[in-house]
Amino acid sequence: MNISSHARRSTVTRNAIGVGLATGVYGISFGALAVTSGFSFAQTQVLSLGLFSGASQFAVVGIMGAGGGAIAAIATSSLLGVRNGLYALSIANVLKLKGFKKVIASQLTIDESTAMSIANNDDEEMSRWAFWATGISVFVFWNIATAIGAFGASFVADPKSLGLDAAVGAAFLALLWPRLINKQIRVVGILAGLLALGLTPFVQPGIPVLASVLIAIAMGLKNASDK
Amino acid sequence: MEARWIAVIASSVIAFILKFSGNIVPARYLEQPKIKSITALVPIVMLSALVVVQTFASGQILVIDARLVALLFAVILLIIRAPFIVVVFGAAALAAILRYFDLIN
Repeated sequence: MNISSHARRSTVTRNAIGVGLATGVYGISFGALAVTSGFSFAQTQVLSLGLFSGASQFAVVGIMGAGGGAIAAIATSSLLGVRNGLYALSIANVLKLKGFKKVIASQLTIDESTAMSIANNDDEEMSRWAFWATGISVFVFWNIATAIGAFGASFVADPKSLGLDAAVGAAFLALLWPRLINKQIRVVGILAGLLALGLTPFVQPGIPVLASVLIAIAMGLKNASDK
Repeated sequence: MEARWIAVIASSVIAFILKFSGNIVPARYLEQPKIKSITALVPIVMLSALVVVQTFASGQILVIDARLVALLFAVILLIIRAPFIVVVFGAAALAAILRYFDLIN
């Protein structure tokens, strides 16, 4: 390894730690919201260790905290997790893994590690390094932060008095916000919101969120046939 | 087993299977234009629906309460590019203040 690639590797590592710290911070909000939604400390931590995908974790906690059933929570979480499978697919030819490393890499395949890997895809070795450094960094900070948030919130007697129920919607909005990159996507988002709102009085909690996928299917099919 | 544990474990297992299958499934199955354009929109629709449900739903009843005010505050915070944690706890803090002074439930 020459000097310039050594320097680049340190830069990538520093960025990876930065991304880990930044996502870790919102792990605190996840831990706090999970516990105040009625999940135990252990359940909260297992979600961060095992499910390890922010939007899916917030979905499980949000849906069950609002009275939805386990099936609706699992289905919503899984549909949100489909993108991680696509990420794995898109970086598999860069990672070139075998055996147990493939298992570990799968668990670490999330928005951040994929983005950092793709951002360095001019150099395959650096792309791999970025994936591992970011994946490990986010995993470690996310789990520590979850524990801190969950522990802190376990002293809260009435989450509503602290406004924590109101923070769940804000958390989903903050996850959605950077994805609203064009007009069609914003329209799709509004339609999905209206459908969920309209269905809420008539179906079990959790179902309105699942039903919103119909909008993605309709618009996705339209987009594909327009091309 | 308690419903929450079932959800925690099953969603974790499925999440892993999805990630792992991306590593072993031949790319051509998932790279069809229809599948790609649908999956690109799935996070958008679900997160939008979650925002709405978490803001207005109380079980199957729709209500307007401090959560809506908090959400509008979150929009302002996002427009001025506040970090995630500021958006989340800023919204919570506003709801807490409104409730403390009995301005809205």
